[in-house]
Amino acid sequence: MAITPPSERIWWKEPIHRIELVWVIVAFAWGLVMFFTMIWWHGFGQQNLSNEAYRVQPFQFSEKVDKMIAAHTVRQDGAFPVVKPPPGSDVYMMGRVYMWWPMLELEKDQTYRLHLSSIDLQHGFSLQPLNVNVQVHPGYEMVMTVTPTTTGEFGIVCNEYCGFGHHTMTGKIFVVDRT
Amino acid sequence: MSTMMERPAAAAGATYRICPTTGLKVDRAAQSLIKANAVAAVVFLLIGGLFGLSVALTRWPAVHLLPADWFYLALTAHGFDVLLAWIIFFEMAILYFAATLLLNCRLAAPRWAWAQFGLMLVGAVMTNVTVLQGNSSVMFTSYPPLMASSWFYLGLILFAVGALIGCAVFFGTLVVARDERTYQGSVPLVTFGAITAAIIAVFTLASGAIILIPTWLWSLGIISNVDPLMYKLVWWGMGHSSQQINVSAHVSVWYAIGAIVLGARPISEKVSRTAFLLYILFLQLASAHHLLVEPGVSSSWKIFNASYAMYLAVLGSMIHGLTVPGALEAAQRRKGFDKGLFEWLRKAPWGNPAFAGMFLSLVMFGFLGGISGVVMGTEQINLIMHNTLYVPGHFHATVVAGTTLAFMAITYLVLPLVFQREVRFPKLAQLQPYVFGIGVAGISLFMMGAGTLGVPRRHWDITFADALTTFQFPPAAFMLLALNGIFAIMAAVGGAMYVIVTVGTVLAGRRIGADEKVQLGPATGAQSAAAVASYGNAETLRIPGTVVLVGVFLVSFMLYYYVNWKYLAELWPLK
Repeated sequence: MAITPPSERIWWKEPIHRIELVWVIVAFAWGLVMFFTMIWWHGFGQQNLSNEAYRVQPFQFSEKVDKMIAAHTVRQDGAFPVVKPPPGSDVYMMGRVYMWWPMLELEKDQTYRLHLSSIDLQHGFSLQPLNVNVQVHPGYEMVMTVTPTTTGEFGIVCNEYCGFGHHTMTGKIFVVDRT
Repeated sequence: MSTMMERPAAAAGATYRICPTTGLKVDRAAQSLIKANAVAAVVFLLIGGLFGLSVALTRWPAVHLLPADWFYLALTAHGFDVLLAWIIFFEMAILYFAATLLLNCRLAAPRWAWAQFGLMLVGAVMTNVTVLQGNSSVMFTSYPPLMASSWFYLGLILFAVGALIGCAVFFGTLVVARDERTYQGSVPLVTFGAITAAIIAVFTLASGAIILIPTWLWSLGIISNVDPLMYKLVWWGMGHSSQQINVSAHVSVWYAIGAIVLGARPISEKVSRTAFLLYILFLQLASAHHLLVEPGVSSSWKIFNASYAMYLAVLGSMIHGLTVPGALEAAQRRKGFDKGLFEWLRKAPWGNPAFAGMFLSLVMFGFLGGISGVVMGTEQINLIMHNTLYVPGHFHATVVAGTTLAFMAITYLVLPLVFQREVRFPKLAQLQPYVFGIGVAGISLFMMGAGTLGVPRRHWDITFADALTTFQFPPAAFMLLALNGIFAIMAAVGGAMYVIVTVGTVLAGRRIGADEKVQLGPATGAQSAAAVASYGNAETLRIPGTVVLVGVFLVSFMLYYYVNWKYLAELWPLK
């Protein structure tokens, strides 16, 4: 029994039953399939996070955001500037307590380099209803190349706890057709 | 107490009683420590469970029980009390049980074991009091730069140091058992599993100390900065690996209950032990599961680690997934329940809460927790799940339906054997695993469902009533949160039943006499165990029912895995 010492003292020389052996081989093979699926997706799949990231001081990131806002703001939405940088350019999204700053307007089927960072605590960039979720750290700037393929208004929620106002931390990305 | 029962041990002056049911020699010091740790565990389960219920009722939009600051406070306390305090106290009891009772041995250093208990208790109380003061609502994970009171970290450190001492006493006891030749041959499989748990625990608790000590110094102003990414990497060396202690411990509990209740014997010692060995070697890589959408960590690092080096630890669990039910099936067939594919399962002792809890734990851990965990831990798929409610949905299936239910199940054997009390309210005890199990299955499924709709975890208000700009989640998300609340109530009722039975038994259960044999559970007897202790060898083994079960499991696993790749493929292109 499992609560007594093995009845065969030389238990490591007992033969393995065929059913067990087959299951071990099948389970191992399935593990390999899953392992190589991840690698394969890096070559053939469309949705992969880049490995591009930089160390950045919060004030440096904040300066880049301000520069983009000054150059490309097209309108105001409540407290937020709505920024429409040219397709193919570097766009910035900054997390801070408690907002995603600023709002972005992107064109459908155009590619952008989206830079994400935080200037205070960790935040969770959660783009809805698409359901893309990326962790945002202060001191690290992540760059992802993104191509919006659907138009509309997308909400950004914070899904990493960042204090008592965490549930009020939101933002927006608009995706519009090419004009 | 008769002098017959008490024999001074060679070196330590330990005293024993002989268990009349199992014939095992029980060291009284170990027995007291098992009791103390188990009682503390149940107390923290009760406290943490109440916090958990209040969290679920707040998430239910129509109820929205707590105000925001209390919600975050309760969530922090819930995480610590059930994920660390309940489980690690109970694991200390399991370690002492597996090293002393199962090996016929005395506990190596009872005073150090009491130091373990004392330090963990002081640490747990300190952390709870600090959280209740309201300035340490940083969640159980306490990611910097968010800072808690220094007492919060100190409590965690004391708790971890206490647990490390417990592991040292466990290893010391193994050495004593070997020296004093208290057992023949190799240690029992359950003890082997407990050794696995303890080895992982040392790695885990050391990781905790390595990151929490500097974080504590940072909260005191002695260190100026803790890098948030480094913190996450090392902290999850504790946070995730501590869940691997649970896996090893509850798999051991599965084997133990199968052995005690049905007399089940592992199909092959070699295969089951190798599966535990895979845990030791590969499970800890799972810290990477928490860094899959993090900046500054490369894809190759993520793929290698998140897959536990090509899923070798998953392989371990899949092996147990065959060998545990296979051992039960073989034992049942040997007893004559040999008709068709599933007579062995239909005629299993479902009225015995130890067996029922164990089997529900096995099935739900595999189907709900295991599959969702591997899918979520896939590098790219994590993008559509990270930090959504899918995450707590997954780990409630592993830690609550898996570990907690298994620990509850073995309690029904510990009460008569170690506490020497007859289980009070046996009807309530019979229903308890079902009520709790179904409640937890609901919690897990509905949270996972809400997570796939994007609902964030650790979030007080998904209507964003106070936000500067809002987002509308679909009505289905609100319905799923309501269902989550209803099933959380059911799980809480099941938890309360467990507390009533255990507390009732410990305080007012009929004392079992020193030479009285106990019937282990209402519907079966361990007495039958001896008859089937050995049911033959590999050549005569038949387990077709188990083969069907694992076949269904594998097909579900594959389908669910590729369905999620399909969901991922529908996102905007990212690179």
